[in-house]
Amino acid sequence: MNDAHAVETLASPWGGGVAPFGTSWQKLMMWVFIVTDGLLFAGLLASYGFVRLASPHWPDQTQVFHLQFIGVMTFILISSSATMASAVAAVREGRRALAVRFLLLTILGGLCFLGMQVYEWATFIGQGARLYANPWGPPAFSASFFVITGFHGTHVLSGIVILGITAWRAATGRSSKEGVELAGLYWHFVDLVWVFVFTLFYLV
Amino acid sequence: MAGLSGHVNFCECLQERRNMAEVQEAQHTHEPVGFVRRYIFSTDHKVIGIQYLLTAMFVAVVAGLLAMLIRLQLAWPDAKWPLLEKIFPVGMEGGVMNPDFYLALVTMHGTLMVFFVISFALVSGIGNYIIPLQIGARDMAFPFLNMLSYWVGLLATLVMFASFFVEGGAAGSGWTAYPPLSAVPEASPGSGMGQTLWLLGMALFIVSFTMGGLNYFATVVNLRTKGMSMMRLPMTIWCLFIAAILGLLAFPPLTAAAILLLFDRHGGTSFFLPAGLFFGDKLLPHAGGTPLLWQHLFWFLGHPEVYILLLPALGIAFDVLPPFIRKPIFGYRMSIYSLGAVGALSMVVWGHHMFVSGMSPYLGEFFSIGTMIITIPSAIIGLNLLASLWGAKIRFTTAMLFALAVISLFGAGGFGGIFLGTATADIFLHDTYFVVGHFHFMIAGVTLFGLFAGIYYWFPKMFGRMMNERWGKLHFWFTLIGYYIVFFGMHFQGFGGMPRRYYSFAKYEYLQGMQGMNVFISICAFFMAAAQFVFLANFFWSLWKGPKAERNPWQATTLEWMAPSPPPHGNWGDVQPVVHRWPYEYSLPGAPADFTPQTVSPAEAKVTW
Repeated sequence: MNDAHAVETLASPWGGGVAPFGTSWQKLMMWVFIVTDGLLFAGLLASYGFVRLASPHWPDQTQVFHLQFIGVMTFILISSSATMASAVAAVREGRRALAVRFLLLTILGGLCFLGMQVYEWATFIGQGARLYANPWGPPAFSASFFVITGFHGTHVLSGIVILGITAWRAATGRSSKEGVELAGLYWHFVDLVWVFVFTLFYLV
Repeated sequence: MAGLSGHVNFCECLQERRNMAEVQEAQHTHEPVGFVRRYIFSTDHKVIGIQYLLTAMFVAVVAGLLAMLIRLQLAWPDAKWPLLEKIFPVGMEGGVMNPDFYLALVTMHGTLMVFFVISFALVSGIGNYIIPLQIGARDMAFPFLNMLSYWVGLLATLVMFASFFVEGGAAGSGWTAYPPLSAVPEASPGSGMGQTLWLLGMALFIVSFTMGGLNYFATVVNLRTKGMSMMRLPMTIWCLFIAAILGLLAFPPLTAAAILLLFDRHGGTSFFLPAGLFFGDKLLPHAGGTPLLWQHLFWFLGHPEVYILLLPALGIAFDVLPPFIRKPIFGYRMSIYSLGAVGALSMVVWGHHMFVSGMSPYLGEFFSIGTMIITIPSAIIGLNLLASLWGAKIRFTTAMLFALAVISLFGAGGFGGIFLGTATADIFLHDTYFVVGHFHFMIAGVTLFGLFAGIYYWFPKMFGRMMNERWGKLHFWFTLIGYYIVFFGMHFQGFGGMPRRYYSFAKYEYLQGMQGMNVFISICAFFMAAAQFVFLANFFWSLWKGPKAERNPWQATTLEWMAPSPPPHGNWGDVQPVVHRWPYEYSLPGAPADFTPQTVSPAEAKVTW
């Protein structure tokens, strides 16, 4: 092929042959996946809003939940996002051992969050909350609680598994910089969803 | 200083990417060895595309036969069919179809056709096959995910099929699965295990489709070959690209709805169930939910889904036309912008499926107006297709005939859509056979004819052999005439007030005049179904015995015709093609031939864009 033409066709990043956003297809795919997964939570949260509006009354969350406890949970999860960002930064600088340490800290944060969630669920169930009924009135209250926090919890759990694999690969020197970054993107997303769940379910 | 380091980083980045590309290049030249890796658990986009097509073909035969059983019941509601009793001992007990079996047939015909035939064949099948070839890539961005997508899709199909064999039979709440019928397991026999499997099958399908959509998006954005700018993409790619985006945006809320419905069925929650529901003498313990929530979540997917399927068919029509009219399509850019507008608008008009659900008339007005607006870009697309034919000397091949039928059905179906999109007219026509006729023109007809156009057009590329034109034309005329009689007829039945999904009309005095029409429609439907076996015979006969196809049998310009027929693993041999022009360069003044492929350099023929 004639070189002059190759240069001409490469003039614009949208002209093909290079990644137009300057990102690999892996990262592009992760972003799009995050959008779709975000829409799944949007569907769940919108449904929750729908049943809550349809309900004649709604329990006062400050009476039902121990909000300080939830606040600590939220703080831990958001802190784990910070350690995750540090892991990504460390791996960019080529300091693998440090990156692994930060990844393990992130996993620890996630596990703390999950443990506290288990405790919260256990307390809630102990007080008589079920999928189909609860002592505070509208059954939709406990149903939405279990479905939404449960679904978020499984995301945290899958995030921990992904981070575990990433840490293992980083420790044995097999992970790429981008692998850690992609796992980080997913982890930040899971944390961000929690911020929405916390706001819309516990605070509002 | 900052600018300089930025520049250095950019260079490093480019270098890294180039290295990556070289690594990929090296990997792609490794052809898989062994039958299993090559044809069964293959990561080659071409094999996966064909796997999807063949799966869809098998499901289509099953779902088509279900439709024939439906027509049998509608035409002769009281007749006895002892032979069918042997095949369906429960559903056809005593040789007469029982009502629950009829509902299962309607539900499964719709579900299988929409998701497991049209989605599979058109979006996943042709999409997988054609995207890398038309953009000059060696494969999809993530071949392993692609393979996973097929196998999860196949699992979804098997789960759907399994639901026929469980107690109570397959789901019977329609392809829309409205609660409470779908939410209360006791509601009808099909609401039991069959409905649970239906939901699981749908969830698996969504997982599979999402994996495919991610791949399509990343591939079209990142893997285009040199010179293939977005505004040089063939229309099929544009349509599949927009369809992939719509799918990625519209399916997740349905996943959420399916999860909530499963909890309603098996966890005792009441997201979709209001208080005070009785079944027999039993008061259900549910309270606080509303079936309307399901309708909103379902149609938030359901309406974009129509376009997810419709757009690729229109894209195929746009690509099939030029080689047979020997001139560019009319309004390439205008069509792309219209497709974008249709895609965006399709996300906000779902309420026009719910005019009789008791929504506020003001809200209904919003959805009505949105629907009227979406007809504008749709009409632009249809008219661009039509205007492409202006002054052309048409080569009437089978592929071309099917593409012309796409234009015809898109127009006819679109007119019906205006009636249904207007809230006032829809109140009368809602849930009548007018709706059945309308969506069979659009989501079933345009897509089916587009699919056939695509198969007849790309068959030489896929299998290296030509299909038989004489049989193809026979298949076309029987299908087209049958299609118009059957579904145009249904429009009139709808005007007469004949409701859809009813098992029998014997008890309705005002519909007795329709019975003759029902018999006529059924007979035509049987003929049309028989014609599909002509297609299957042609397909498989040509696969082994058809005359060998050359590289570019239609003298077309797009990239896939520059690869050998069938293309080898990695598609392009050692050198990826470089693109110098837009995809529809026909009858270019001063060019050596009346078609100028996208790879022809500006030195050989001038570039229009």
